[in-house]
Amino acid sequence: MKMVVCHVTLLDGSQFTCEVEKRAKGQYLFFQVCEHLNLLEKDYFGLSFKDNAEQRCWLDITKEIKRQIRNSQWQFTFSVKFYPPDPSQLTEDITRYLLCLQLRQDIASGRLPCSFVTHALLGSYTLQAELGDHDPDEHRLDYISDFLFAPNQTKELEEKVVELHKSHRGMTPAQADAQFLENAKKLSMYGVDLHHAKDSEGVDIMLGVCANGLLIYKDRLRINRFAWPKILKISYKRSNFYIKIRPGEAEQFESTVGFKLPNHRAAKRVWKVCVEHHTFFRLVSPEHPTKTKFLTLGSKFRYSGRTQAQTRQASSLIDRPAPNFQRTSSKRLSRSLDGAPVVNVSDYSQAAGAGENGPPLELNSDSKSPQVEVMEEPNVDAATSITSEMAFEMDGTGAPERKSKLRVQGENIYVRHSNLMLEDLDKTQEDVLKHQASISELKRSFMEARPEPRPSQWDKHLSGSPVTSLRLQAHGVPQETPPGPGTDSRDTSKTAEVKPEVDDQPEVIEVVEETVVIEEVVKAKPKSPAPEASIPVETEVKEERSLSSGSDSEEEAEYHAQPPSTSISIQQIKEEPEEEQEAELTQQAPPSAIESQPSAEAAEPGPVVEEEKPAEPHEEEHTHEPRLMTDEAPNGHALKAEAPPTAEEEEPHIVNGSASRVEAEHLPQVICCSEPPVVKTEMVTISDTFAAQKTEISTKEVPIVHTETKTITYEAAQLDGNGDGEPGVLMTAQTITSESLCTTTTTHITKTLKGGQSETRIEKRIVITGDSDIDHDQALAQAIKEAKEQHPDMSVTRVVVHKETELAEDED
Amino acid sequence: MANIYPYGCFTHAVVRGIPESFGKLAEGGEGLQTDLAKAQRQMGVLTGALRQKVGLQLIEIPAVTELPESWRIEDVAVIQGDTALITRPLKQQRRTEAEAVRRVLSELKLTVLEMGDEEGRSAGATLEGSDVLFTGKEFFVGISKHTNHRGAEVLADTFKDFAVSTVPVCGGSRLKNICSMGGPDTIIISSSDGAKKTLRMMEQLTDHHYEILSVPEDVAANCVYIRGPAKVDFLLHPTAEECPNSVPAFQRLTDYTLLPTACSEASKLGAALSSLCLLINKKPNY
Repeated sequence: MKMVVCHVTLLDGSQFTCEVEKRAKGQYLFFQVCEHLNLLEKDYFGLSFKDNAEQRCWLDITKEIKRQIRNSQWQFTFSVKFYPPDPSQLTEDITRYLLCLQLRQDIASGRLPCSFVTHALLGSYTLQAELGDHDPDEHRLDYISDFLFAPNQTKELEEKVVELHKSHRGMTPAQADAQFLENAKKLSMYGVDLHHAKDSEGVDIMLGVCANGLLIYKDRLRINRFAWPKILKISYKRSNFYIKIRPGEAEQFESTVGFKLPNHRAAKRVWKVCVEHHTFFRLVSPEHPTKTKFLTLGSKFRYSGRTQAQTRQASSLIDRPAPNFQRTSSKRLSRSLDGAPVVNVSDYSQAAGAGENGPPLELNSDSKSPQVEVMEEPNVDAATSITSEMAFEMDGTGAPERKSKLRVQGENIYVRHSNLMLEDLDKTQEDVLKHQASISELKRSFMEARPEPRPSQWDKHLSGSPVTSLRLQAHGVPQETPPGPGTDSRDTSKTAEVKPEVDDQPEVIEVVEETVVIEEVVKAKPKSPAPEASIPVETEVKEERSLSSGSDSEEEAEYHAQPPSTSISIQQIKEEPEEEQEAELTQQAPPSAIESQPSAEAAEPGPVVEEEKPAEPHEEEHTHEPRLMTDEAPNGHALKAEAPPTAEEEEPHIVNGSASRVEAEHLPQVICCSEPPVVKTEMVTISDTFAAQKTEISTKEVPIVHTETKTITYEAAQLDGNGDGEPGVLMTAQTITSESLCTTTTTHITKTLKGGQSETRIEKRIVITGDSDIDHDQALAQAIKEAKEQHPDMSVTRVVVHKETELAEDED
Repeated sequence: MANIYPYGCFTHAVVRGIPESFGKLAEGGEGLQTDLAKAQRQMGVLTGALRQKVGLQLIEIPAVTELPESWRIEDVAVIQGDTALITRPLKQQRRTEAEAVRRVLSELKLTVLEMGDEEGRSAGATLEGSDVLFTGKEFFVGISKHTNHRGAEVLADTFKDFAVSTVPVCGGSRLKNICSMGGPDTIIISSSDGAKKTLRMMEQLTDHHYEILSVPEDVAANCVYIRGPAKVDFLLHPTAEECPNSVPAFQRLTDYTLLPTACSEASKLGAALSSLCLLINKKPNY
């Protein structure tokens, strides 16, 4: 077993180091830490780590550590995850002590705001606990300068602390801790986990998740509050987070309130934190995810630890003499504070690995409370996905002889950018162009990387959907196509959604995941590996990356894996919604028509629209899923159908009417871009702020989510005449699935015997889920790279990228 | 919190005399017949009750003719524990009323904080104390003609230990016109539709549970609750003349000492009992 050294920062600032097996679950490490701390009431605590985006994520102890931290270091922080509303009910002093340490950090860092008086009082209890009675001889004023009591500690505060310290004479450390907690727990922000968000009108707010429910703040002001019993359902979809509210006495209908989070992961994080807090504080026992109502792609995440009720019960059985422990933390604490994670926003980030499809969760609340059912709906993702297929071909024998076909049905990469598109909308035209350029470079580099000495044919196929134009409208961008039905119809559908449902509806937590599917087909030829294939790619990639905006990064380099024989200008691939649409439309036109694209655009509107309609009403679970499925399906089909293998050398450059990169050579390429449905969704919302007071439900179009789907296929031309045509003899086939935090890889390996040659084809389907935080290109590149590493002697023959992106915007 | 005590423990009250200019220039004063002498008498009754019945230390700031509304002293400061926030009333001319109050509060060794200049973060902020309901556990700030969101933010920044929730003022011109504290966990509130709306919002926003004492008349919704030094619960409330239908409600408060205190003249100007005094707890906290 491979062992790995983990470093855990404890609450007193010290480091705990331990070795774990590389495949160990979080549990193992967590228990090691608790044992080291001599902590029995451990359910209030957790381990966290920083992800690549420096966001703090809670380690899911039921899952493998490695999968969660991915490439991050094995560096963790031990901290309080659930703040007990009444610390006096904790059984052991050591637990209270650890909670004190956490709160001291929270206070000193400003995460837990308090007044001068409170800073002074809490500080004085800290001194009493750490130093014992004030000793006038020993304790001159500077004895406290090592302690950090407040974010901006003044002399005045220190004096006040000392003055109060003197008054605590005779108090034991445990009593001082208890007093500290009795005061700290009354602070209004005690145990509130804050997340930045925007309301349906785009106003900046904070969502605060706490033991009692969800609090909404604007600036420092509490503007709304949803106690758990008031909430029927919590869900998230892309970067939106929704709660469905039980109707009040005066109201007949449930209402749904939506919030916009900075990105998909943030939405998921807040959702997860809600699920966890609800379960921990409100339920007697965690709900088990056994019920699978839907086959979904969503997260099946549920809190599986003990609830507060359970942990209290367990604690009551603790039968040991109070453990001795040393309180020497404060000094170290003050030093370590800078590096302390900010609990504020990032605190509860989702644990890794929550990407799987999950059945709806039902959380049954206790008797009085309404039932809360948490269901995750995966489907959403479906709507948005990007598939890229990459085929890697390995020719053993050298280029000329390839008998096997290159074509790979390679990787389908579904990338969903939840926010990306949105952000792009805000960008200036220039940004958009830049972005496009970077993307096109990316693609080009990939193409160039192709190993084959001589360019094969690439067929570019882009299908645009009319939907795009709709989208444009919404943005206020001049659109050429008449407005599609999508938007308007939404309203009605929404209204329909508000059904007078009975209170006890389950809460459904929808999970929308983003997926990237990469299928990689590698053909290995038994004889000799093709030398050229992989090497060149990487270098090129990097260069291009720099230009790209958030979405594309160096990752793309990996695309390059193929030798640079072919270059494609990939303007069509642009991710910017507006531009793309046009491009895509054109693309659909027969290859020859490509250059004339601009005109083509307008014409296209017809077919796509239909697909859109089914698109999603986020709120309703039932309806939801089926629809989503529908959405996806079209895409999938589109890919296959649309990519005619034969289209020959076309010059893509002119797309959009802008000739950005024109590559002189006609490259053989097959590019399939299909932009299927843009889904606009609206929901009915009661205005967030004063939901309670409004007696009538106002139907508002809240978040409009545009989903954009694109499929791009890169395919190496078939080098060998023989390959594909001949049916081979299937020798073996196997499918392997693996998953990590944001990618799920399905590998399908087939070996066939053709004309005396055995051909191994590996198809990898990689689903990358995530939003703009995740660099999809990077993830893709990584996936491709890994594939190549795994099969060094194979080459990539085809990459299909299927991308689903959501554009969300608030409508006025 | 150290300074989180059950609502109602006060040791001091600050009031300000009724000036000759009472009812003139004052808000709503035009065309209203106010009786200066009666107003002064009523003030006298109030101060007497606070001093002699409840047993508070009373500080009376002399009236100033140039400040016709200075007797509405509640508006100019929000006090919690030993922190006082000097507010910024809507009317420019009222802002000078704070000077004398500031002095007194400083003498009482309160930490006196200002809302800041008209620029920067608090630009445009207005806040009047009669839009602030402090329950001992949290603040509710009524968003009204007199108090805006910015003002509420400043208050939240000042009293960081507490949740500060904003509520719309429905059915009155100021939050305290429709509700007030009637005990450590009791809110007295008018049963008008507007007040009910506000109450619903308050109930939605709070983490705590309050008993609700609903009174049929708006004017009865503003009372002054004080837990006296001898642990007696006092409730100063408008007289039966002013709110005949609400008196039975007050009588449901068991073990209270009810102190009917007329406030009819101030009421004509939109004020109420609580408008007339600032209550302070100077009991040593630690």
